Amino acid sequence: MPDRIKKARRHPSQNEGLIFDKSAPGKRGIELPPLDVPPVDVRALLGDDYARDAVDGFPEVSEIEVIRHFTRLSTWNYAIDLGMYPLGSCTMKYNPRVNEFVARLEGIASEHPFQPQELSQGCLKIMAALQQCLLEITGMDAITMQPSAGAQGELTGLLLIRACLASRGNPRKRVLIPDSAHGTNPATAVIAGYEVQNIRSDARGQMDVEHLQTLVTDDVAALMVTNPSTLGTFEPRIAEVSALLHARGALLYMDGANMNALAGVARPGDFGVDVMHLNLHKTFSTPHGGGGPGAGPVLVKKELEPFLPVPVLVEKDGRLALDSHRPQSIGRVRAFVGNFGVLVRALAYTLAYGPGIRQATEDAVVNANYIRKQLEGVFELPYSSPSMHEVVFSDARQKKFGVNTMDIAKRLIDYGFHPYTTAFPLIVPGALMIEPTESESKEECDLFIDAMRSIAEEAATEPELVKTAPHATRVGRLDEVGAARRPVLRWRPPAPAKAAD
Amino acid sequence: MRYLPKSPSERQEMLEAIGVQSAGDLFRTIPEQFRLKGSLQIPGPLSEAEIIKYFRDRAAENSQGYTSFLGAGVYSHLRSVVTDAMIQRGEFLTSYTPYQAEISQGTLQAIFEFQTLMCELTGQEVANASMWDGSTATTEAVLMAERLTGRRRFLVAQSVHPEYRQVLATYAHNLGLEIELIGFTASGQIDMAVLEAKLGGAGQDAKHTPSRPAPIAGVVVQSPNFFGVIEPVAHIAKLAHHAEALTVVAVAEAVSLGVVRPPVEADIVALEAQSFGMAPSYGGPYAGVITTSEKYVRQMPGRLAGQTTDANGRLGFCLTLATREQHIRRERATSNICTNQALCALAATVHLCLLGKQGLREVAEQNLAKAHFAASELTKIPGVTRAFTGPVFNEFVVRLPRSVRLVNAELLREKIIGPLPLGQSYPHLTKCGLVCVTETTPRSEIERFAAAVKQILSTPV
Repeated sequence: MPDRIKKARRHPSQNEGLIFDKSAPGKRGIELPPLDVPPVDVRALLGDDYARDAVDGFPEVSEIEVIRHFTRLSTWNYAIDLGMYPLGSCTMKYNPRVNEFVARLEGIASEHPFQPQELSQGCLKIMAALQQCLLEITGMDAITMQPSAGAQGELTGLLLIRACLASRGNPRKRVLIPDSAHGTNPATAVIAGYEVQNIRSDARGQMDVEHLQTLVTDDVAALMVTNPSTLGTFEPRIAEVSALLHARGALLYMDGANMNALAGVARPGDFGVDVMHLNLHKTFSTPHGGGGPGAGPVLVKKELEPFLPVPVLVEKDGRLALDSHRPQSIGRVRAFVGNFGVLVRALAYTLAYGPGIRQATEDAVVNANYIRKQLEGVFELPYSSPSMHEVVFSDARQKKFGVNTMDIAKRLIDYGFHPYTTAFPLIVPGALMIEPTESESKEECDLFIDAMRSIAEEAATEPELVKTAPHATRVGRLDEVGAARRPVLRWRPPAPAKAAD
Repeated sequence: MRYLPKSPSERQEMLEAIGVQSAGDLFRTIPEQFRLKGSLQIPGPLSEAEIIKYFRDRAAENSQGYTSFLGAGVYSHLRSVVTDAMIQRGEFLTSYTPYQAEISQGTLQAIFEFQTLMCELTGQEVANASMWDGSTATTEAVLMAERLTGRRRFLVAQSVHPEYRQVLATYAHNLGLEIELIGFTASGQIDMAVLEAKLGGAGQDAKHTPSRPAPIAGVVVQSPNFFGVIEPVAHIAKLAHHAEALTVVAVAEAVSLGVVRPPVEADIVALEAQSFGMAPSYGGPYAGVITTSEKYVRQMPGRLAGQTTDANGRLGFCLTLATREQHIRRERATSNICTNQALCALAATVHLCLLGKQGLREVAEQNLAKAHFAASELTKIPGVTRAFTGPVFNEFVVRLPRSVRLVNAELLREKIIGPLPLGQSYPHLTKCGLVCVTETTPRSEIERFAAAVKQILSTPV
């Protein structure tokens, strides 16, 4: 069946053990310039209580071995640079190379967070420029860029809400979270000291405003909403929801994970959002890097500005400065100013588009709707509400043949694609959550559609083929249960061999 | 636009296939009054060349040409070009969190190697795949100790990085954790007498009453601490364990572990790995990591890679023990962390593989030698003394006969960024400054720095 799989074919990949297996005494991968001051005796200087000998388990390998090791490992990964990465809610878009280049410039990468602010005007201008862009794109009033990632942004946002409500007299007890929300929302609410109350979606997968009305009491601090929702649907009654909360003294928090559907088209600040975070590693193209780093700026309305974490970027006499004298601040959420290198990349991305960022948003929405149209009828569409940047199908039709969303996802790997997001959002049993982003050409979208149709066909005719996928990878499905039951979380040096006879 | 791969006619074709006239039709679910009418007021679009120029211009407004003696949690160390070359491979740079193990074996194996290196380095049994940074790792270590002990009162050394303590305070405030600061002595180390009294005193019984303080969950120290002084971790842990409290040790300068005895007695170690291949980058991104004992792993926050096999018995790696995490456990998770600092942890892994056993040792020895050389050069100057007597690695506190700020202002004229003034965080340490010297500081610059300080101090105010 050479024609069935069009995007990929097999190619040898190199075997490679752990780096520790290559180690042999005396090899090295870095040589240092010679010491130009008198050498010291570690034990004499630190004393026996504080000194150690060399770290035993560290490998000893040459430079070429390090290069080959990590290059070989890299070839076992899928990546955006290889093709479409349709993970719903993750916004896996192209990560422009120039962003990497500018983040590494001497004078940017080399700067120390405690150097005098008069010698940091370049860094501070970068931060100020990005702040201005993000405020304009979201329609909010004030911002902090300190949070390290989305989850810390959420926490910062909730702490701001807590501080704001406390200043009004009562921080309140509960945070409302829709059942379609990302897992970080409830986990974060708990760390912010709130109880979580889950609220259900209506038959269209949207927020049930009438139900919400009965839940918003004087105990409720905020509602955390993702808009567009994790179904990829804009909450049409969002302004009504906001008014409802405000009438009871509660605030509206927006998880900006799906901002890729809105940039240049609509602004959360205009539709009643009080606090929101952005994931710069999603909408603003900074690389996921296998799981991070990200950055999670938090944007707020005027009323919450006094509570922002310290330091806050201010302008004094034409110079930029970091101000820590903020009596009402919630404090600091991490050391230094945040993931500055990520901010550099996000600004480079934003400047590349300028106001034209709207085109990226439109293309992302066109791609999702195109895929939806072409796969409708092949896969079950549990909610028919209009899609924006992502579309959520379910495996209901394939279940009849014993094939579930995970099986289809794994089979997609054989077709040369990264799987979509499986089994999320939780309100769709057996979800296939597909977010193509604007970075995919029509050709790539067509290949994906073709692959999905072909797999649907296989599910009906050769279900075993799908259920046992992937077949073309270095390893098959791994024993995750065994991994959790008997965790092996590190390499250990082999036990010293007994002396030879 | 160069990042968008569609021609106008392809866009049209796709719109027709969808059955709409224009892309604008796809946004009709957004109520009309909220759809933007005009275009955004942001700069751009810029070409690649213009972007590079913009950032080069900003770089020129920073500290290029200055020699810095700043450390305080962020260190300039040698970095090999190999590290950047490896982490910029698209397969590492542009891949997602390795949930789909079959096509993420590269990232997963690298995490497994990172976890191993971090265990060996810190003398602990298990390490996670990374935390956001040293400050948040320290805070998460405290929250972990709270879960493990069921207690809520912590003794925190005042010599822990002030910004780490501020982060901890932000989290603790909302969770109702009690933080009590423990001072330091003339050695610059934690005041053991006070610590012992707090730990040994009444109140460590299971029941506490309003008249007696709550039992202590843990002791938090940093080593080397904010003053560069190495803490007596073994002794501290012994006292803590006697009181059934846990010991959390933060390590902000990871290179120290090349010569300094690892905190093996600690229950939880929170390490900042920035020193391993990450540029200072004005504060981030870096990589925190938590290491601990196997028996505590189920209360550990963050991702973990584990070794396993597929159906054919082939060795592989996958994320494991995920039932601790937010995407499974939601409001009952050990932490809200999701995105971590994976690429930074990869940089640390590549860097440490290059350095290896001998290289790490040599770098650490060079730091030790250069810092002690600098300390001896500076203390030759009349009126300049070391503020603390305890053992140090690559940072030390000097006490000057004048305000550090004034001396620093003069040093800037010599293109030297001088010691970090400590007066703001430690009001009784006015005229004290923190000096850091690493293997990247040439002897000639150390000598120039000492000569400049001498010159400044010899000039009447």
